[in-house]
Parts: sequence; C-alpha cells; structure tokens
Amino acid sequence: MADQAFPIPGSLDATPSRGAALLEWLHSWVVTVDHKKLGILYIVYALFFLLVGGAEALAIRIQLVIANNHFVSPELYNELFTMHGTTMVFLVGMPILFGFANYLVPLMIGARDMAFPRLNAFSFWMTAFGGLFLYFSFIGGFGLYGMGSAPDVGWFAYAPLTAQAFSPGHNTDYWALALIVSGFGTLGTAINIVATIISMRCRGMTLLRMPLFAWLMLVVSGLTLITITPLTAAQIMLLIDRYLGGHFFDTQAGGSAVVWIHFFWIFGHPEVYVLVLPAFAIANEIIPTFSRKAIFGYPAMVAASVGIAFVSVSVWAHHMFTVGMTSVSNAFFVLSTMMVGIPTGIKIFNWIATMWGGRIRFATPMLFCTAFVFQFLIAGLTGIMLSVAPLDWQLHNSYFVIAHFHYVLVGAIIFCIFAAIYYWYPKATGRVLSEKLGKWHFWLFFFGFHLTFDTMHFVGFLGMPRSIYTYEADRGWSTLNFWISMGGLIQAIAVLIFAWNLIDSYLHGKEAGNDPWDAWTLEWSTPSPPPAYNFAEDPVVRSRRPLWDLKHPQDPDWKYER
Amino acid sequence: MFAQGPQATPSIWAPASTPAHEIYGLSLFVLLITGAIFAVVGGLLAFVMIKFRARESDAGHEPAQIYGSVQVELAWTVIPVLIVVVLFLTTARIIFAIQDAPEPKSALDVTVIGHQFWWEFHYPKLNIVTANELHVPVSTPEQPEPTYLRLLSADVDHSFWVPQLGGKTDLIPNHPNQMWIDPQTAGLYLGQCAQFCGIEHAKMLIRVYVDTPHQFDAWVKNQQQPRTQDASVAAGRQIFETEACMNCHTIAGTVAKGTFGPDLTHLMSRATIAAGAAPNAPQNLRLWIQDPNTFKPGALMPAMQLSDRQIDEVVAYLSTLH
Repeated sequence: MADQAFPIPGSLDATPSRGAALLEWLHSWVVTVDHKKLGILYIVYALFFLLVGGAEALAIRIQLVIANNHFVSPELYNELFTMHGTTMVFLVGMPILFGFANYLVPLMIGARDMAFPRLNAFSFWMTAFGGLFLYFSFIGGFGLYGMGSAPDVGWFAYAPLTAQAFSPGHNTDYWALALIVSGFGTLGTAINIVATIISMRCRGMTLLRMPLFAWLMLVVSGLTLITITPLTAAQIMLLIDRYLGGHFFDTQAGGSAVVWIHFFWIFGHPEVYVLVLPAFAIANEIIPTFSRKAIFGYPAMVAASVGIAFVSVSVWAHHMFTVGMTSVSNAFFVLSTMMVGIPTGIKIFNWIATMWGGRIRFATPMLFCTAFVFQFLIAGLTGIMLSVAPLDWQLHNSYFVIAHFHYVLVGAIIFCIFAAIYYWYPKATGRVLSEKLGKWHFWLFFFGFHLTFDTMHFVGFLGMPRSIYTYEADRGWSTLNFWISMGGLIQAIAVLIFAWNLIDSYLHGKEAGNDPWDAWTLEWSTPSPPPAYNFAEDPVVRSRRPLWDLKHPQDPDWKYER
Repeated sequence: MFAQGPQATPSIWAPASTPAHEIYGLSLFVLLITGAIFAVVGGLLAFVMIKFRARESDAGHEPAQIYGSVQVELAWTVIPVLIVVVLFLTTARIIFAIQDAPEPKSALDVTVIGHQFWWEFHYPKLNIVTANELHVPVSTPEQPEPTYLRLLSADVDHSFWVPQLGGKTDLIPNHPNQMWIDPQTAGLYLGQCAQFCGIEHAKMLIRVYVDTPHQFDAWVKNQQQPRTQDASVAAGRQIFETEACMNCHTIAGTVAKGTFGPDLTHLMSRATIAAGAAPNAPQNLRLWIQDPNTFKPGALMPAMQLSDRQIDEVVAYLSTLH
C-alpha cells in the first residue's frame, strides 16, 4: 500500500513543462540582484543596441554613398544621425562599460557581490527603460501617423533648435526624458561601483594592489558622477523652457544658446573619458596577460588615469572654439586640451614597455588590443591637431572631427570591447569563442574600419561638413564617400561574423576551464562560470597578481613590488 | 601672394585669404610634429610586435618580469611636456594674429544673418541687402580691402564656413560674432552652413564672389539701383503684391516689405535660388513657387497654391528683377 500513488492535485513531477521552465528562467533574470547576471544583462542590452545603432549608421552610409541620393528623407536622416549618436553613447558605450564593471570588479577585488545589489538591479532597469523609451519615439507620438517622433536635433541638441518654436511635437522631449531616466540609472551604478571598490576589497588588497581594471573603473565612476549631473540639470532646464515657460535657452526671450553649449560639453567632454577609460582598463588586463609580463609602471598608470580624469573636466570649451570666445579663453582651452596628451602619452608608452621583452601571443583579444594601441595613438594625434584652435576653426563640425571621434569610439573603445568579450566570454559562459571566426572578425573589422575612417579624415580636409543628408555632386567628395560606405559594409559583415561566433561558440565552443589564458587576476581562480557569490572562501592576496604568486611560488610578485 | 584661386572643392589645403593661409601654415607645422610622433611611437609598436612575439622555442618559459622604471617614466613625461609648450606657443600666436587683428579703415563691413535655411547679407555703408551670394572685393597687399563679417542669427545656430577663405565662425542668436577675410584672387568660392540648423541644413549653401575692383563697383551700382518698373509684367507684380508673397519678401520700391524670406529686389543678379539648392532659371523658379519641397523638402516657404497662369506671370515679373 505504501508505494501506491495517490492522485494529488498538481504534479509532483520535478521536471516542469518546457514553457514553465522558460518562464522560470526569464523570471530569474528579471528579478536577479546577482552582479554577474546584471553584468551580462547590461552587456547583452548594449550589444543589442550596438546592432541597432550600427544599422542606423549603415542607413546613413547608404544615403551618402552617392551625391543627391534619395534613400531616406531629410527628416529621417536627421533622426537617424541623432539616434545613432545618442544610442552609441548612452545605450551602448555606458551600459557596456558598466556591464564589464559589474561583472568583473567584485571578482577582481575578491568580493562576493556589489555593495548595493538591489540598487544595482534598479539602475540596470532604469537604464533599460530609458533606452526602450527612446526607441518608443519611432512609433509613439505622431509616429503611427507616418512622421515618427524620433529625436532629430543632433545628439548634442544645441539650443535654440530644441525650443518649442523650432522643435514642435515630442521629438526633443523623448530625447531629454529618455536620457534623464537612463541617467539616473547610470548615477546609481556609478555610486555602487565607487562604494564596492572602496569598501569590499578582500584581505590584503590595498588600493595599490588592485588590478588596474578596478582602478580605472573607480576613476570612471567618479567622473560619471561629475559629468552626468550637469547633463541631467540641463535637460531639466530644457524641459522647464519647453513646458513651464522658462527662458534658460530660449533666445527669443533673452535666453542664452551659449549656456546650453557650455552645459552640454561640461558633460560631453569628460563623457569621452568616461567611455575611453574603460577601454584602457581592458587593455591594462589583456596586454600584460598576452605579453606574459607584469604591467610596466603600475603607479604611473594609476597616476596617469587620475590625471586624465582631473584634466578632462577643464577642457570642455575646445568644442567651442567657433562659438566666439575671447582669444584668451581660446588659448586657455588649447593649453588644457594639449595637456591631456601628456598622461595619455604615458599610458601608450607603458603599454609598449609592457610588450617590450615579452613573449607576445597574438590570440584574438591581443589582436584587438594591439590594434587599439595603434588606433588610439592616431586618435590622440588627430586630437592634438583639433586642439590647435585655428585649425579647429577649419575642421570643427567637418568630417575630420567625425573621423577623429570615431577613431576614439570605434578604433579604441569598440576594439577594446571586442577584445574584452573574447577575453572574458570563457569566464562568463564556460566556453571559448572560436579563434578562427575571431580572426575573420578581427581582420575584416580592422580593414573596414580603416577604409571608412581613414578616408573620412580626407573628406573633412576637403570641406565636407557633418550632419548633411546630401551633398553637391561637383564638390569632389563623391569618390571618397563611396569608399567610406564600402568600409561600413565590411564592418557590418565582420559584426555579423562576431554575432554568429557568440551564438555558435555558446552551443559548440571548446570547454574553457577556470583559466584558459593563464592569467593572473582573481577572477581566473573561480570556476567558469563563477558560482553565485563567487568565492567559497574569501581570498587573501599579497600582490597585484595573486595567481602569478600561486603559479610561481619560488618567484612571487610580492618580493619585488613596491 | 597665394597661388590658389577658387576651386570647386572647398579644400582647406587651397587657402586664398590671409586667415586661411595662416591656418594652412600652422597645420603643416602641426602635421610635421604629429607625423614625427606617429613615426616614432608607431615604429616602436611595430618593432615590439615583431621582435617580441611568442615563438615555438620559448614554450613554457615566462619572460623576465620588469615592473617599471622611474627614470624611463620621467623621460616620457618630460619630452611630451616640451612638445606641448612648443605647440601651444605657436598656436597662441596664430590665435591672436587672426582673432585680434584690428579692423583697418579701408575694410568693407557686411552683416550676415543666418536664417533657416538661407543667408541674408547687409552692407550697411553701401545700403545694400541681398541673400545667399556674397560679393566682396579683392584685397591686395598694395590695396588692402578686407571684409569684416558681423555674424547674427534670426532663429537657431548656424556657422559660416568657406574653407578657402578662413575658418568657420558660428552665428548664434543674442551672441554677435565677427570674422574677417581678405581674398586675393577673384572668382567664386564655395562653402556652406557648418552647424546643424534643422531639416534643410544640408542645403544652406554659401557662394562668395570675389570681384575685381571694377566688377565690384559695377555690382554695387546695380544693387543700389531701384528696380525698374516694367509695364509688361504688371499682372505678375499685382499677384506678388496681393497674394502671400509680399508677407515674406521685400522688393525695394514696391509695397512688398516682408523680411522672413530673402530680399528679391535684384533676384536676377544671383546665379542660384533657395540658398544654392537650384540654378536660377525660369523653369526652376516655377517649380519652386509651385512647391519648394521639389528642391528643398522642409524649406519654410509654403507651396503658393497659385494657378499655372498666375505662376507664369509671377515668374515673368521676377525675371525682370535684374
């Protein structure tokens, strides 16, 4: 009788139906407060918008492939480049950097989670809803009646083009509100990272034994708190102008367009460093591992990072040389801008010195990082050219500037993000990405990138301004624009190969093991993927490379480090 | 003084006026320095990549670990500091030379007003108002006659950029700016608005005609003439003055005194219409009046809803505005 099964309402069967399992799985992602899951959510969200922003870039390049093209209307073109810029900065660059910070910082400093796990989840969902709200503009507002209400005032949204008089409807409102919402998420995460790094380091991990990645994320998060606040303030002022009769930027009522420009770039220039310092953070981990050497000049690298952050908040008006400042102000911002080059130079030299005397393995992550150093060198030098105010009077708002900042945003940041994904994907999934597809991805992307953005410098020298939906056939810009567009196509193919690699390797990739790259920081001591709460026992470290010490007990770092 | 004359491609490498030329010289200097840095650092990177790549023979061995060197760090801090000092001083000199150049007595004053999506030009001393095509005299070392542009905006931000003549300067409402040019070779120089200003920013083109003294005097004389009254086009004139046209356009000497659109007093003296969007020809004028969206979708001029006959008469009238 005892083994007789009684009919009980509901099933005791431990394997739920497929649909229920899927729901369960989805639920676990939505309610998670685990820093690793939130990190992956951030990264997946950012990669999705990377595809969206990339598609917008492709549409822009199709429109410009020949003179007087009619692929898209002027309205749609203006929406496309506004959304492309806004997407890439706020929905790709910031979330992906916070994704990596979320995933890696606790692992690297030997912590079991972030300082505020629930704030972490809240911040992610704020950011996510900000992004979704921004894209709702394509169908919301008057969208379904055929016009679309996507923002069309440029990602810089210069006043007074954003005033009710010149921007009726809700295009500008979507832009401002979406960024305010996602901005609060960004601020939450920045506070969280600062708190985590300050208070959650494991025993023995003094500030000067932290991996440089964590140092850079500390600097970035501090800088984020400084930059996002003025942007949020300016957007609230803009909304007050638009709906509550304010006159901050309303020039027809005596407001100042120039004040908006100041606000925007007080946010906007440090923002560039908020985006690029994480790229440095990634390179600081990958270059030593694949050169098989400790990072050269660790204290100098820390000092340079903090130095860049300090100088970067005093350079904003180099975006304003054509606004009509006094000659003395212009000269001041020339000097402050050129000074950024000094700590930046120190970083490039230290990376090269790290490689010097090493045994460099050019696996895909290192290929991307080496290309990053090369491209960032060029981006820095074109930055010096643009800091020369008189030359900027010519090149400002020309395609030269577009080329310069895409060298930073793609040539440096996106290359490092790809490097980081190849490097840490095994840790997060337990599988290694295919090296063969990785090399295809790298070489195609590298070639496409240079075809597009090298060429873009020249069309800028020839006087082509940015933000134009078409150009005259007789200006001598047609051939160059054709090749710029072809480069874009090649990059798109490379990104598709990358996307395929992500999916295929997840299903069929080689098992990674704990430490596929023979690396030295704490995250590689955990299983791949790491369990919830990371470490069964709190680790104790004695140097900057705890795993080097374990692997070389005869010759540990702590004997030499100072 | 400068070899370059006007070109179809508005290249910053073909300067034809002192500010553009000084910037050109400075840019060569900057390119030289940045090029040298690129060669040295890029060369080092390439050397390291080739020399220190992993080989089969060193399997298993880790290279010697070097943690840093204060002397080396100091060296690559001090050298960039020196480079920055040199670059900054050179740059500052050119900033002051261009931006603070005193306006000579012989200078021609022009007020430029940016509109969505066209340019208005006032010559206050000559009492001329025109649009989209700027005429300035040649300025030679013997007879310097630079043009000083006072830059204003009627609506949103714009930027005046004719690369062969000088750098750009923004036109910002409530924030008057100034720039100057002294072109030395006669001819047509092309440029366009360089600050995104709305839907038709791309078709806000600039044509600067640099005239010989003789040509310039003739142009001024023509612009200053009141327009001729041609009885044969009275019908067109009447339509112009009774329909909405006159709300936005001025034709000096008539009741049409609108200021939202370009001054049409001497429309036929211009080579293009709609800020360079189309050549100034009767059939284009016709298409434009019928529906400005044909050339410039989003232009602020509405389609005029005139009958074919009315349009013909208005075009005939406009064609007499020499």
